[in-house]
Amino acid sequence: MKRKAFLAAFPHTLPILAGFLFLGIAYGIYMHSLGFSAIYPILMSLFIFAGSMEFVAAAMLLAAFNPFSAILLTVMINARHLFYGLSMLDRYKGTGRLKPYLIFGLCDESFSINYTAKVPAGIDKGWFMFFVTALNQLYWVAGSAIGALFGSYIQFNTEGLGFVMTALFVVLFMEQWMNDKHHTSAMTGLALSALSLIIFGSSHFIIPAMIAILLALTVMRQPLERKDELVS
Amino acid sequence: MTMTLTQQIITIAMVVFGTMATRFLPFLLFPANRTTPLYVQYLGRVLPPAVLGLLVIYCFKDVTFTAGTFGIPELIGVTVVAVLHLWKRNMMLSMAAGTVVYMVLVQAVFS
Repeated sequence: MKRKAFLAAFPHTLPILAGFLFLGIAYGIYMHSLGFSAIYPILMSLFIFAGSMEFVAAAMLLAAFNPFSAILLTVMINARHLFYGLSMLDRYKGTGRLKPYLIFGLCDESFSINYTAKVPAGIDKGWFMFFVTALNQLYWVAGSAIGALFGSYIQFNTEGLGFVMTALFVVLFMEQWMNDKHHTSAMTGLALSALSLIIFGSSHFIIPAMIAILLALTVMRQPLERKDELVS
Repeated sequence: MTMTLTQQIITIAMVVFGTMATRFLPFLLFPANRTTPLYVQYLGRVLPPAVLGLLVIYCFKDVTFTAGTFGIPELIGVTVVAVLHLWKRNMMLSMAAGTVVYMVLVQAVFS
């Protein structure tokens, strides 16, 4: 059962293999350049497992000691995970002892793959999502380790390789779009996030965007639920 | 480095705790053995497409459209991904082609 779930999950993680190895290596090199020994990026990737957050954490370690601001900044940067959790409440039901790890590993990529992937019939949903999450983390930790230990030997010009993550999210957005009966939510998310980015700038736009999306979807609840009933 | 090892460990622990708080909170607030409020169930249904939209925009947050390359490599890359995906609907193909085109653009054309 586990073997079948692994074989079904692995192909879904191939784009993450490319993206996370690359970004992980970049992170490892970055930590190395700041003077941290390899154990830092490896342990941080193992325990934090949130890409952009780990770059910010590196900067925190170089600044003055302030645990309170560290936790506040972390919650603000990672607030989008709250939405992933709300979206996965149902999907993670009945996953038993795998559930704590599934929640622990709920990064952008685990969420988007586990939410959009159609688990084939006969494959255990819990183990499928477990392997997607665990493989993602393996790639990320391995990348960080490679970057931290061997980063200075890499000769191949990797500039632009990180675009694979953008490509992944665009493709997953399109897949979701093609499966949806109506596109109100998708368009709301795109439009309000873009608007928020223009107004608040790149480092402060996520929270306002989340609040705006939440308000818009709350206001549209009645018409949206009616739409769902009509088409289903 | 100005921090002691203990201070570094505390700082990293705070980041771990903050990250896990954002991941575990929904599941702690709405445990599986109790009925989830209808409003939260509704959010769980309608949020995902909006969140994927947010993630797409998130990828463009550091692209400058008013100077430098004007975001042209990014726009071309995304167009390649989208057109190929509409045409072939093969995830690996769409992503690989878009990324290669983007890499060529930033390394050779817009360098």
